[in-house]
Amino acid sequence: MGPVDIGLIQLLSAYIFVVILMFILRIRRIPREKEVLVASIRMTFQLVLAGFVLSYILDHPSPLYTVLAVLVMEIFAIYNVYKRARLSLPSKVKKRLEFFIAISVSTGTLLSLVYFLYVVVRISPWFDPRYVIPLAGMIIGNSMTGVSLGVKTLSESITIQKDIVEAALMLGARPKDAVRMFSDRAFDSAILPTLNSMIGMGIVFLPGMMTGQILSGASPITAIKYQIAIMLGILGGVTISVSVFLYLGYKAFFNREDQLIV
Amino acid sequence: MFVLKNVKYKDILNIEELHIPARKITVITGKSGTGKTTLLKMLNKLISPDSGEILFKGTPLKEIDSVELRRKVVMLPQFPVVFPGNVKENLLIGLKFSGKDIPHDEELRNILRFVILEKDLNDDPEKFSGGEKQRLALARVLLMDPEVLLLDEPTSSLDEKTGIEIIKKVSNFAKNREKTLVIVTHNPELRKFADVLIELKNGRVL
Repeated sequence: MGPVDIGLIQLLSAYIFVVILMFILRIRRIPREKEVLVASIRMTFQLVLAGFVLSYILDHPSPLYTVLAVLVMEIFAIYNVYKRARLSLPSKVKKRLEFFIAISVSTGTLLSLVYFLYVVVRISPWFDPRYVIPLAGMIIGNSMTGVSLGVKTLSESITIQKDIVEAALMLGARPKDAVRMFSDRAFDSAILPTLNSMIGMGIVFLPGMMTGQILSGASPITAIKYQIAIMLGILGGVTISVSVFLYLGYKAFFNREDQLIV
Repeated sequence: MFVLKNVKYKDILNIEELHIPARKITVITGKSGTGKTTLLKMLNKLISPDSGEILFKGTPLKEIDSVELRRKVVMLPQFPVVFPGNVKENLLIGLKFSGKDIPHDEELRNILRFVILEKDLNDDPEKFSGGEKQRLALARVLLMDPEVLLLDEPTSSLDEKTGIEIIKKVSNFAKNREKTLVIVTHNPELRKFADVLIELKNGRVL
């Protein structure tokens, strides 16, 4: 049994919710109409484009296309972390931090993805785009959110509470020890959204991948097994990415003389 | 102990030559904004000069590992910082940073009495007044027993009588244990403790 197809008119009818939101914004005089419109158009355009690209890749499976798709997702995620962090730091610190962000997002997500695809699911052929692309998307997307939060918390803590870091250095602390409490705080804030979504899963909401599988006719039990596995894969991706970032990231704030440079 | 030669830092400091002797008490005075704190931070290697050279026991500071230096040359900041945790954890944090032995509680209580701070080891220092925090921070650096103590305005949050009493005790502590003590202050009352008095004006030594 396949999913019920949605006709064009039916799909358009779903945009009624955008109209309702715009109406409420106008009544409340909240100047967000432009953003809602842009978000709706971008969402539609990006998904239509992704649909065509995915159809092509799925119809013409090739290692090159799969690797390229994962690469594009990685680049987009790294760029998005830069954008979300809105770092107002000296350019030297910012550049080094961006380099560490790129390393942490890519290593964390790739390690988790490789383990998930070839140890947990054991896909064949290794580049099967039907598995690699959606699973990579979920792992990369969640790691992106985690690292963004980690970057924001770490850099804000160090710059706002600079006096604590300096006081620790004055007492002979290594930079790693001087920022330890901020690293711990950053790690906590980075993994919290993933933990929260795990707590609510299956009761408060049914996650997207599981819903999609059930809609397309898969047994709920198979869908659940996949969902449990991917949640653990996401947890792995977030944990490794954030850990790598925090292992390296604090170094961006110090020079070779172990002096704080913000 | 320290020799500074042609040291320049932004528009803040411009020192042709300065000697800070070992096992003596050096008091550095001058109005606010004359570069006193900048000078102390340089001796602690928290910042480096734009040009010129600073020697510590004859070795250029550049060639000494910063963290190792800071464990020998400990600095007390002007605005005392409280780390998360109780009084005991705050006292021990410096020793933990450098991996030194942890003393018994009685020794910690003695050091609190030494800085005239009647508090329990389990008290929460976040609730302390500015003066109490300053004394706790002073106790923390004394406990580390370093070769050189750099104190930046150590009496700024204390009343005059307590401030003088504490500096007198710290001076005796330094003399008895042959420590090098450098005190930065704008309080003229502290000049009397100086073996060497240095006055700064507009970043220059007078």
